[in-house]
Amino acid sequence: MKAFISVFPLKGILMGSLSCALFCGSFMAQLYAQETPADSLKLIHLNEVIVISAGKQLDHQKQRKPLSTLDEFLESSLSVNMVKRGAYAWEPTMNDMASERLAVTIDGMQIFGACTDKMDPITSYVDVSNLAEAEIGSGQQGAMFGSTIGGGINLKLQKSNFKPTGWTGSLESAYESNNKMRVFGGELNYSDEKFYFNLDGIYRKADNYKAGGDKEVLFSQFEKYNFSINSGYKLADGKSISATLIYDKANDVGYPALTMDVSLARAVIGSVGFNQDTLFGNFTNWESKLYYNDIKHTMDDTKRPDVPIHMDMPGWSETAGFYTQANLNKEKNHFFFKMDGFYNKSYAEMTMYPTNSNEPLMFMLTWPDVRTKDVGFYAEDHIPFEKASLKLSARLAYHSNTVADDFGLNSLKIFYPEMDKTNTRFLKSFSAQYHKMLNDFHINGGLSYGERAPSVSEGYGFYLFNSFDNHDYIGDPDLNTESSADANLSVTYKKPIFEITAGANYFHVFNYIIGVVDPTLSTMTIGADGVKFYTNLDYARLFNATLSGRYNISNAFKLTGSVSYHRGVDDAGKNLPLISPLSYRSALDFYKNQYSASLSVDGAGEQINYNPAYGETKTAAYAILSASFGKRFFLQDNDLFLKAGVENIFDTNYSSYTDWNNIPRMGRNLYLTISYSIN
Amino acid sequence: MKTLNYIFAILLLSATFVSCSDDDDNTPVAVDPVEGLNMIYEIPATDHTVQIYSEKQNLEVGYNEISIRIKDMASDKYVTNAAPTWMPMMHMETMEHSAPHSMLTNTEENTVYKGYIVFQMPSNDTEYWEMILNYSLNGQQKEETLRVSVSQPADGMKKTQVFMGADDTRYILAYVNPRDPEVAVNDLQAVLYKMESMMSFPIVENYKITVDPRMPGMGNHSSPNNEDMTYTSATKMYDGKLSLTMTGYWKINLKLMNANGEVLKGEDVTELNPESSLYFELEF
Repeated sequence: MKAFISVFPLKGILMGSLSCALFCGSFMAQLYAQETPADSLKLIHLNEVIVISAGKQLDHQKQRKPLSTLDEFLESSLSVNMVKRGAYAWEPTMNDMASERLAVTIDGMQIFGACTDKMDPITSYVDVSNLAEAEIGSGQQGAMFGSTIGGGINLKLQKSNFKPTGWTGSLESAYESNNKMRVFGGELNYSDEKFYFNLDGIYRKADNYKAGGDKEVLFSQFEKYNFSINSGYKLADGKSISATLIYDKANDVGYPALTMDVSLARAVIGSVGFNQDTLFGNFTNWESKLYYNDIKHTMDDTKRPDVPIHMDMPGWSETAGFYTQANLNKEKNHFFFKMDGFYNKSYAEMTMYPTNSNEPLMFMLTWPDVRTKDVGFYAEDHIPFEKASLKLSARLAYHSNTVADDFGLNSLKIFYPEMDKTNTRFLKSFSAQYHKMLNDFHINGGLSYGERAPSVSEGYGFYLFNSFDNHDYIGDPDLNTESSADANLSVTYKKPIFEITAGANYFHVFNYIIGVVDPTLSTMTIGADGVKFYTNLDYARLFNATLSGRYNISNAFKLTGSVSYHRGVDDAGKNLPLISPLSYRSALDFYKNQYSASLSVDGAGEQINYNPAYGETKTAAYAILSASFGKRFFLQDNDLFLKAGVENIFDTNYSSYTDWNNIPRMGRNLYLTISYSIN
Repeated sequence: MKTLNYIFAILLLSATFVSCSDDDDNTPVAVDPVEGLNMIYEIPATDHTVQIYSEKQNLEVGYNEISIRIKDMASDKYVTNAAPTWMPMMHMETMEHSAPHSMLTNTEENTVYKGYIVFQMPSNDTEYWEMILNYSLNGQQKEETLRVSVSQPADGMKKTQVFMGADDTRYILAYVNPRDPEVAVNDLQAVLYKMESMMSFPIVENYKITVDPRMPGMGNHSSPNNEDMTYTSATKMYDGKLSLTMTGYWKINLKLMNANGEVLKGEDVTELNPESSLYFELEF
């Protein structure tokens, strides 16, 4: 699929949409004042939504640990697991697929981390203080957010959206005993029917954490600030503009599983949006956004003892993009259309300081200023039937990569003398999802096909060291487009007090991209075991199955539980890395008279299917127990929430399959959260 | 109409993502034949001067490309039919010897006579190099002897090897290119001479020199897709490929093999043997 000569060239699409917009726009002035149609039917999605909004009083009670990191929130999802390189900046995985196979967006904005070693998944550049929820779509259900194989995660920012609440504010603080994490946060909001703004900030500082048995994990400290402002102004009835600015900065972040730490990870994320309730009469919820973000990431090993060679590894990633989307409701069809595009610039370099200081510095470009252009069109159609519904969706995208830096291009030409500066592909995604209700049973099933372009590292990485398997990685600009055919099926039995769901999905991934050792190559990183090229395997297969249930014992007590099984093998039947063993979790939650409490257990079976070729060792089974207690007080008109808890009550020393280099997880941890909200 | 403006803004912005193009214009410029070269010597005579140019600031041990111009004072023009020849001579305390050198030709630019000399050793107060230059001017044969100073390369890198091969022949191997190494696959070029006598240094043809670049400062990191140097009769030099994966100090380990594939000098780099006895050094 690479070097696809587009029969429908991009400029044509743009010109087409421009003339369409011109043509249609001239009608709009008269038409937009029409009334908004009633909400489209609530259709059941496979998509999961995780509520985050820490400061919101109603949600607050439901959460076991309100000021936990976003990573912990995401990990509480059934479908998301987090790969951990330390206490900070965990990398989300879905259906056992990580960043490059997922479309992760913040409020619809494409953002790409600036670290060549995936130390800054974009989820690390926002915080719970400014997020409302995380929308999670498994497989092609996530294609709305971008071209994906494994799924999509969209982190929605918290906005007052012209609710007439006036001034509100809150202050929050939390303390965690294990790593002495201090959290201070606050927010100030104003909202009326014409104008709103949300201002919030959060500060976290943590020392090294201690694994079970009081064993300190060195270089696991971190410090982070996050500020954000959101505002909106109503231009006229049903028509508003909005703007968002997020500034996120982390310093002194330790990565115990890696040989380097991070001295700076900084993101500036901004957007302006235009929203209109109707468009051309028939369309509704027209939403458009222009955005820009700038990420800088600096790795630092100056605090590490005994490094064979000191190196600086700064990386930059800048993205500008837009999207515009609208709904169209017909009698039998509920359409949703979205056009989106982004332009990303990824540049990373490495400077090594030779032991013999008379020698010149050693310099290489690890990301050769890769410019990625992507323009996509997404459409979906919900078709409701009697006690059933069908959702059809498709995404078509034009995607191109260009190596803009000659130094970098020449570097890669060492490996690929014939390589082109630019690589263009056309990415396609289709999915059909059917939902049927039979008495108390809900049956969901779907088939889909999706494609993704290789990531910057996979395509253009130059001697990227991966400490998980201790190999240097080199990208391949001629990689084939990875594609996946997947099927999913789930059955839910639902009663008011009782619900049980059994679900499974299967991905057959063609041209699966993974590192394969080339024994003829010499390592760059001192102490590395070898060099791997990113390579297309013919295929890989991934299977995930989950059984989950909920039981409302009484009004006050609720019992939930889930168990999941995962399997991933390559075309030779060998295990893929970072595939979860059998894992389970269960919780008993209590909520009555402003008191809340929970008792939960998380665990995993022994990792039977692991692959030493990818640096994996067998991870032992574990189970940890946690508990929390909360109370809400009313102080005149204001609210005070207190929440305390203990995680890993028995101080178990364990690590999960996602723990990079089997760095043990946190031992017993007591936390206390105070939140004071002024209404 | 406001709505229209927003649409415009969005589409214009998106259009800028894709409507980039490069414009390249190549306009020919008149070239000074000695541009970028340094005049390192000027020999004044009654009716003409001889100018000697080098890319470097002064002559160095190893391969030196040298350009010579002869200016006729009477016509104020550079001579194009001087047919110069040259002979470098080292005057040591106990002996004298010459150095490998090419012929001087003016094929590229008819006023500039180009050639190269491979100096095997530096000069000092007691041991010195002389360049004997013969040329004709207005039908008259001239000879000039110029004492030149030859220093060790300014960067201290070893780029010239004078050694005794396993066949009991003395060889001189000198690095020519790349002059400005890049992180890329570089065209590697060297000249190989054997020392037949003190005065005779014929070019060695059809041997092979293997190439194994290493970074001793990076655990002897090597690079892929290097090509061994083989003889090119057109240039009378050895050509190969040199991949350099990063800037820094590189040691190019070499092995000289004769036409029968017998190793005359140099060893393979292995875990136990981190370097060959035949090598070039470079830094960039």
